[in-house]
Amino acid sequence: MLKKIVILLFVTCFACLDIVFAAESGGMPQLNPEFWISQIFWLIITFGILFFVLTKVILPKISDNLETRKSQILENIETADKQKEESQKKIDEYEKIILDSKLKAKSYFNEAREKILVDINKKKVALEKDLDEEISEVEKELSDLKNKSGEKINKIAAETSAELIQELIGENVNSSSIAAIVEEQTRINKETKDV
Amino acid sequence: MASNPMYQFNVYRIGPEIKLGSVDISFTNASLFMVISSLAILIIFNLGAKKKTLIPDKLQLLSELSYSFVAKMISDTAGSKAKPYFSFIFSLFMFVLFCNMFGMIPYAFTVTSHIIVTFVLAAFIFVGVTIIGFMKHGLGYLKLFVPSGVPIVLLPLIVVIEIISYLSRPISLSVRLFANMMAGHTMMKVFGGFVISLGIIGGWLPLSFSVALTGLEILVAFLQAYVFAILTCIYLNDALNLHH
Repeated sequence: MLKKIVILLFVTCFACLDIVFAAESGGMPQLNPEFWISQIFWLIITFGILFFVLTKVILPKISDNLETRKSQILENIETADKQKEESQKKIDEYEKIILDSKLKAKSYFNEAREKILVDINKKKVALEKDLDEEISEVEKELSDLKNKSGEKINKIAAETSAELIQELIGENVNSSSIAAIVEEQTRINKETKDV
Repeated sequence: MASNPMYQFNVYRIGPEIKLGSVDISFTNASLFMVISSLAILIIFNLGAKKKTLIPDKLQLLSELSYSFVAKMISDTAGSKAKPYFSFIFSLFMFVLFCNMFGMIPYAFTVTSHIIVTFVLAAFIFVGVTIIGFMKHGLGYLKLFVPSGVPIVLLPLIVVIEIISYLSRPISLSVRLFANMMAGHTMMKVFGGFVISLGIIGGWLPLSFSVALTGLEILVAFLQAYVFAILTCIYLNDALNLHH
């Protein structure tokens, strides 16, 4: 089958080549000068018009378009750069403001803290002074009380011992001697306590 | 007659016969496709150039990309001095490209498959480049034929070769484009004819060939337009900068 097709192909190829050669012998229409002048004439007219219109009308427009696009793109890039710079500046400003306000807040805080500390210290000192005064007063009172109480006790002891002696022996004893004894006794007591 | 692969290159009159004196300048199918290509270029690029939006739409993007493509091609090959010739090279590239591409539509006529059209373009470029060269450098332009660093013994030979290669530029430029387009379209027609004559059984092979060839031809159509334009740039570079 394949062989048949190939053979058929070859045969018809040769048949067709005959036609081709026949055409060749008939000559190429290109070499027939009958319409040469007409072709040249119309070529000059059409190409001339094409060249003229392209040069005068269309190509300047296209090059204009390209130029304007180029310049517009450059402009846009420039403005974008400018805007970027501006925004960068604004960001810097903003950060500066934030930093400033942070510092301010810190200083305010510190000030307030110092003020408060000073206040507290003042109040503390005043309070301590008050307290000291009160304590010293109380101490004074206490010591007064102590001093007075010794005498009082001695007096009471002397009185009671005088009364006791009267009850016991029925006679008056010299109060000064009793007081001397009591004093001596308390002194001995004190000494023994101290020891 | 239609099975003749060269039939597609026939030029025939459309409408009445127009005579300028004794010269026939009738409107032909070739003229029709020149007009169609030019109009297509003008319409597409005009639509692409109309709106002035920052973000281009499809047509605008197409025209702007073509603009920068050609501009880059020129600045790469001919330097910044070639800027005044930008619009000519742009028109040339677009004209050849659109003629080639319109030729790829079935039953369409390929303008650039005619040697006379490509030769007129190439001759115009050749003459223009030579004039520019002589205007820029005066007789110093003839230094182009005398490469530096060549031994004096070899110099006469080299100069002759250089002159021949310079003079053959319009021929090589025109024949390259014309032959490429003609050969491609002839091949496609031949393979298309094979599809018909081999029928449903054997026609698949040439059909697949035809499909592949169509892709190739579209590539060639672009490539030849590009080559045409870039060779123009190179010739222009010779004329403008004169370092060989």
